[in-house]
Amino acid sequence: MRKLNRRTRVLLLTILMALILIATYAAGILIPESAVEADFMATKQPPSLAHPFGTDSLGRDLFLRTLKGMSVSMTVGIVASCISAVVAVLIGIAAATGSKRVDGCINWVIDLVMGVPHTILIILISFALGRGLKGLLVGVAVTHWTSLARVIRGEVMQLRSQQYIAVSRRFGKSSGWILTNHLLPHLVPQFFVGLVLMFPHAILHEASISFLGFGLPPEQPAIGIILAESMKYISSGMWWTAVFPGLTLVLIVLLVDRLGDNLRMIIDPYSAQE
Amino acid sequence: MGLEAKNIRFRYDRRQNWILEDCNLTVNKGDRLALFAPSGYGKTTLAMLLAGYLQPTEGEILLDGAPLPLKGVCPVQLICQHPEKAINPRWRLKKVLEESGELREDVLDAFGIERGWLERFPRELSGGELQRFCVARALMSGADYLICDEISTMLDVITQAQIWNVVLSEAEKRNMGIIAVTHNRHLANRICSKVYDLSTKTFL
Amino acid sequence: MNQNVNTPLLEVSDLSVSFRMYDGALEQRDLQVISSLSLTVYPGEILAIAGSSGSGKSLLASAILGILPGNATTGGSLRYNGEALTPERQKQLRGTEIALVPQSVAYLDPLMQVGKQVDGHRKPRPTEKRRGLFRRFGLPEKTEKLYPFQLSGGMARRALVSTALLTDARLIIADEPTPGMSLDQALEALKLFREMADEGRAVVLITHDIDLAFAFADRVAVFYAGTTVETAPAQDFRQGPEALRHPYSKALWNALPQNGFTPIAGFQPYAGNLPQGCLFAPRCPYATEECHTTVPPMRQVRGGEVRCYHGA
Repeated sequence: MRKLNRRTRVLLLTILMALILIATYAAGILIPESAVEADFMATKQPPSLAHPFGTDSLGRDLFLRTLKGMSVSMTVGIVASCISAVVAVLIGIAAATGSKRVDGCINWVIDLVMGVPHTILIILISFALGRGLKGLLVGVAVTHWTSLARVIRGEVMQLRSQQYIAVSRRFGKSSGWILTNHLLPHLVPQFFVGLVLMFPHAILHEASISFLGFGLPPEQPAIGIILAESMKYISSGMWWTAVFPGLTLVLIVLLVDRLGDNLRMIIDPYSAQE
Repeated sequence: MGLEAKNIRFRYDRRQNWILEDCNLTVNKGDRLALFAPSGYGKTTLAMLLAGYLQPTEGEILLDGAPLPLKGVCPVQLICQHPEKAINPRWRLKKVLEESGELREDVLDAFGIERGWLERFPRELSGGELQRFCVARALMSGADYLICDEISTMLDVITQAQIWNVVLSEAEKRNMGIIAVTHNRHLANRICSKVYDLSTKTFL
Repeated sequence: MNQNVNTPLLEVSDLSVSFRMYDGALEQRDLQVISSLSLTVYPGEILAIAGSSGSGKSLLASAILGILPGNATTGGSLRYNGEALTPERQKQLRGTEIALVPQSVAYLDPLMQVGKQVDGHRKPRPTEKRRGLFRRFGLPEKTEKLYPFQLSGGMARRALVSTALLTDARLIIADEPTPGMSLDQALEALKLFREMADEGRAVVLITHDIDLAFAFADRVAVFYAGTTVETAPAQDFRQGPEALRHPYSKALWNALPQNGFTPIAGFQPYAGNLPQGCLFAPRCPYATEECHTTVPPMRQVRGGEVRCYHGA
């Protein structure tokens, strides 16, 4: 058998990554509440076979709690980046097809949102909407659409100047027909790749905002909450409460990021024939 | 009557020089006119103006005395030099052809378009084969006038002769008007009854 | 012509080039785009290469210079000045001994003034010589200060040709140097190539302006579907189909607007879908049983070479 070619390797790797992510997410949902209840017989235990990540000051198993926390964070990440990506496509198309003034206006807003540090903006929005899940979702969604919107705007502008669009008009096709038949199919891959690449940012922001206390309420086992709690005990030598949940977060984020890059390579028809 | 360019002047921007100045032309149905000029005399610009891809800065383009229709299928169709730019790279060629209207078997046969090609994507075919699709597409729209802007410049001579022979016989059959932009004198003499030199504004 | 006319400067024998391509989403297969291609170029001559797009003309140039993409594999042999052309030697020779006039205007550096990049890294800078070339090409004085995006297609093409003419290369490979030029400019460019050949250099002129090639070249090689079907003195091509040997060469001549403008039917076959025998057999009026089953060898006929059982 000959060596697997590059595209096959990438595809297998991508499937593996997707499986890990799905497994993490499913595990978090399937773990019953009872498994992460306080157990005062087993507080502050360092990592062991029974508790791979150790336990916290209330005796809750940190491994299971981290998984649960990850899936809460992933839900927020998925929902927020979906909203963001849809907003990005709509605004990107509007900027590229609208009048010069609309385009200028949208560009100004994009610069503004990009110019303000995201964390501050999310805190402000989340605070204004009364914290909690809703505030966090809106905050993350509102801040993450900008770069994808710019990509879509550029793409549409470039497409609009294509000769085959002009030809289509001379065959009597309407703008709506051209949008759905010529433009949108080009944008679908951009959309999915943009969506996946937005996801790690969204999770990280969710985690950091929750960590700072402006996001999810303390009773929800989000990864940011777990990390925030661990800070209280880290000086007393309970290093495992911060290290393992933190590592899991970094790992998942890196995994999704690589997944996005791989997807881009698979979808892009112009990638090298190697 | 026919397709008329009246005192056309064109520039993209106020600050720029005129690309085309005081251009007058008339082509009737059944006429075959070659536009001949060195590069830089606005041949492509004139072709785009005549087919309604651009609007003249001054002057007007008239079709049978009325401005070119902006809605619906334009009776003046342009075919350009690079077929790969005039075809959506993500579409199967069947969809490309159907964009202009019903598939017509007789046109497909005339160009020797194999039915198997219809299911393929543009990048799987060569420039010469794609150009056949562009010309066939324009013919299927039922156009009365064809503006051919260097359509065979990038093709080998056999493909050039194949395509032009079909265009000429279709034009004859349907009494179409043809404007062929070319820099090849031999080709101009072969395919057209009149040759207009854009650089000197005279008929040769 | 030069005295060492009989030792070839470049010998290409039985060259094949194939690409490893994705066929569908994940399957890969090898596509043979050039097969059993043979050519010889002598000092002091212009060898024109004629043939339709997709016949492997530009790939031959890349193969000679060693700039094929990474997924290509080559077979056969290349010899320059009697010695084998290895990848190291190609690297050493290109730009000094072997110069390329690239096909695409995109080969110009978009961020560098035209004059500067045509001069290149040579010391001292050949500014005067280059200005002379620009004048002969009718490029205005101010052209040297312009950036590539400010040039028209024809101007950029003339600048590219100047680049190769400035070098001391003994072999110049010009890949479609004339499109976008007016007839006068194209003639001027070809005249310059003629002069270079008369100085004892060799010029390989890849073109599909075949009437120009017929007029200026010493010999013409006709390519079809990735192989040479005929190599003959240009004189024969000027004379007409009776002097030619291969039915495809005759068809090319007959399709010219100034000649018959009569095309033969059919299409050049695709790499990956080539006929088993002679590549031209499916379109050939003289094809026999033999043509469809075995590839004809190169034969010497009336001072030319032809890959056909029937050519005479």
